[in-house]
Amino acid sequence: MKETIAPRDAEWREELRKAHTPKQRMAIPRVKMPELPADYRVTCNEEVNQGLSAEMAVLEATRCMDCPDPQCMTGCPVSINIPGFIKNIERGQFAQAALVLKETSALPAVCGRVCPQERQCESKCIYLKMGRPAVAIGYLERFAADTARTSGEQVTPACEAPNGKKIAVVGSGPAALSFAGDMVRRGYDITVYEALHEIGGVLKYGIPEFRLPNAVVDVEIDALRSQGVKMIKDCVIGKTLSYDDLLNEGFDGIFVASGAGLPRFMGIPGENLVNVMSSNEYLTRINLMHAGTPGYATPVPKVDRVAVIGGGNTAMDSVRTARRMGAKEVMLVYRRSEEEMPARLEEVKHAKEEGVKFMTLSNPVEYLGDERGRVRAMRVQRMELGEPDASGRRSPVAVEGAIDEIPVDLVIVSVGVSPNPLIPNSIAGLDVTSRGTIAVNDSLQSSIPMIFAGGDIVRGGATVILAMGDGRHAAQAMHEMLSGK
Amino acid sequence: MNKIISKEHFSEKVVKLVVEAPMIAKARRPGHFVIVIDNERGERIPLTIADADVAAGTITLVVQAIGDSTRAICAMEPGEYLHDVTGPLGRATDIRHFGTVVCSGGGVGVAPLLPIIKGLKDAGNKVISVLAARTKELIILEEQVRQYSDEVIIMTDDGSYGTKGLVTNGVESVIEREPVDLVVTIGPAVMMKFVALTTKKYNVPTLCSLNTIMVDGTGMCGACRVTVDGKMRFVCVDGPEFDAHKVDFDEMILRLKA
Repeated sequence: MKETIAPRDAEWREELRKAHTPKQRMAIPRVKMPELPADYRVTCNEEVNQGLSAEMAVLEATRCMDCPDPQCMTGCPVSINIPGFIKNIERGQFAQAALVLKETSALPAVCGRVCPQERQCESKCIYLKMGRPAVAIGYLERFAADTARTSGEQVTPACEAPNGKKIAVVGSGPAALSFAGDMVRRGYDITVYEALHEIGGVLKYGIPEFRLPNAVVDVEIDALRSQGVKMIKDCVIGKTLSYDDLLNEGFDGIFVASGAGLPRFMGIPGENLVNVMSSNEYLTRINLMHAGTPGYATPVPKVDRVAVIGGGNTAMDSVRTARRMGAKEVMLVYRRSEEEMPARLEEVKHAKEEGVKFMTLSNPVEYLGDERGRVRAMRVQRMELGEPDASGRRSPVAVEGAIDEIPVDLVIVSVGVSPNPLIPNSIAGLDVTSRGTIAVNDSLQSSIPMIFAGGDIVRGGATVILAMGDGRHAAQAMHEMLSGK
Repeated sequence: MNKIISKEHFSEKVVKLVVEAPMIAKARRPGHFVIVIDNERGERIPLTIADADVAAGTITLVVQAIGDSTRAICAMEPGEYLHDVTGPLGRATDIRHFGTVVCSGGGVGVAPLLPIIKGLKDAGNKVISVLAARTKELIILEEQVRQYSDEVIIMTDDGSYGTKGLVTNGVESVIEREPVDLVVTIGPAVMMKFVALTTKKYNVPTLCSLNTIMVDGTGMCGACRVTVDGKMRFVCVDGPEFDAHKVDFDEMILRLKA
C-alpha cells in the first residue's frame, strides 16, 4: 500500500499546527450533531443524525491538536490516518480528507455512522485526559465522506495494474467489501458472491435506514464496482457454486465473510408462538424487503405493543424500528442493568428520546398465546445484580417470586446469533471451532491455505468496524501469500 | 433475472414453469428448494424444485396460487422474467437403497416428490407411489410418477378418480399388505401430520418435507423454525426433510397461519 497523502510532516500541516495555540483549540466546545426532533422522526424513516455543516466541521477539526503520537489511531481497527483527514477538513480540503479515509477504509460514510467511536478512536483522544470531551472523530469522518459523495469529486484511490490473479469473496457485508476494496487496489481481479438479492449484507438487511441510509451504502458499493469489483447476487457459495466450482474457475484465493447467520432463541416456553420472531427476521423484513412500505409484498405485523428482548445495538435498532412501524408501546427487556448494556450510548439515548420503555433487570421466562396461537403476554422475571461473571459484568440473578405478566402483541428476540453452518458444512477439510466459527490463524488464514475468513463467520457476532478490520488484515495476509512477499 | 421458458397449467390454480437457471440446474439434487422473488417489490418465497435439465440450463417449478405472490407467479407468461431465483437450498434427500419405499404426495406436493421418486427408483428401490387430491383435476404429474414407480395408487376425497379416500388410507393399505422400509410424504402440513400418525402405528420410518414461511432461506431469519424431537430446527438449513414422527406438526400448522 502507498504511503498516506497527508503525512504529519507535510508543510501545510506544520503551518496549520501553528495557526492556533492549544489553548485556543481547547476553548472550542465539542460540536453537537444536529438531529431530527424525536416526535417527528418516529413518524418516518429519515436519518436521525443530520450531519455537520462545513462551518461546524471546520471548527470541530480545529479542536484536534494534531498530536505527535496520535493515540486515536491505535483505537481504530482499520488504522485510519485520523489527524491526516481531520487537518484536511480544518484547512478546507474536504475531498483530500475523503481520500485519506479511502486509503484505509472502503466504507468511510458507513463507519462515520455506525462505529462505536466512544469505545475506539475517541476513547483514546488526548482531550479525555484533560477532562474534556473527545474530538468528534466519527462526525468528522461522516462529514468528509458525505461531502465527497455529494460534491461529485473523484475520491477513488488509484488501482495498481492488474496482476492476473483472481480472488473470490463470499458475502458482501463490511468484511467482504473492505477486503474487496483493498485487494482491487492491489491489482487483483475480484468477484464478490452474495446469497441475497442485494449487495451489502448486514448494512442492508440489518442496520435500519434511519441510522444508515441505503443510498449511502450504495455509493460505496458503486465505487468498488467502478474500480472493477464484480458482484454476483443470488449466488450461495456452498450451494449454487461449490468450493470445487470456484477452484475450476481458476480462483487463486477465497475470502469467506459470510456473516453470522442463525439467530439465537432462549429456549423458553411459547417462543414458537406466532408473532415471536428474531430481530434478524424483523429487521430483514423491514430493511431488506421494505415490509410496511406501500407497494411491497413482504408482510410485517402491525401491532400496538412490542417487546424487544436484549440490550445490544440490534435490540436498539429493533425498538426504534418498532416505533416507526407505529407501535404505541415499545419495551426493551434486558436482564442486566443499563450500565451493562452492550449497545452504543447514542443508540440508547435515541431510543429513550423516541419513547421506548426500558425494562432493565428483567428476563422473560415464558410467552403466553391466545386461541389462535399468537403471543398475547410475556411472563417476566425480575432480576438483581450479583457477583461479576467471566465478562467482568455483574451477572443477574432472579428475585424469587417476582414474576410479572405483561400484555404484548409482538416479541422480537435479539439475544445474539450463531455462525451460519452453510459454508463450514460445504467445504471438506475446513476446520471449524467448537462454536461453529471458521478456525483461522493470526493472518486470518483457515486450515485450507487458499481460504481466508473474517467478520462474524470467524468472530461469531461483532461490529461492522471489526469486520472491516478483518477484511483489511486478510487482504494484507493473502496478498503477501500470493505475491510471495 | 430468470427467464420463464415455458408454462403449463396442471389445473386452474396450479402451473408448471420451466425457468432458466443454469447454475442451479447443475447443482440441484432431489429435495432441494429455491427462493423466488417475482418482481422488484416482491417477497422471498420458497419453492421446491420439481425437475431440472442441466443441458438446457433450466429448472422446473410447480406453483399453486394460494397467496398474492404465488398468484402473481402463476399469472406470468413465457418470455417474462422472475426477478430473482436463488438456490439450490436446503439439504438434499438421502437417496439410497432402502428396499420398499412408499412415496405419498398430496396436491402440489407431488412436484417435489417426483425427483425423489426418480432417485429412489434409480437407487434400486421398489417404489409405490400414492397420489392424493380433493378431486380428479388436482392430481398432477401422474404420467411422470408412473414412469418411475412400480405401482401407483390414486386417492381422491370425492372418489372422482382412483379410490375414494384419503392419502392415509392408500399408505395404510400398502403397509397392511407388505413390508415397507420407508415412507416419504410431501404435501399440506395436515396431510403429512396424518401420514406420520398412520405410519407411526406400524413403526415405519417416515420422512416429510416441510414448506414453512421463510424470508432469506439461508439460515438467517429463523422464521422457518420448527420443533423436531423437542429441539428447535431451521427448515432452510437443517431441512427441509425431517423424521416425520418427531415433527411437532400442530405447532407448525399454527405458525403457517401467521
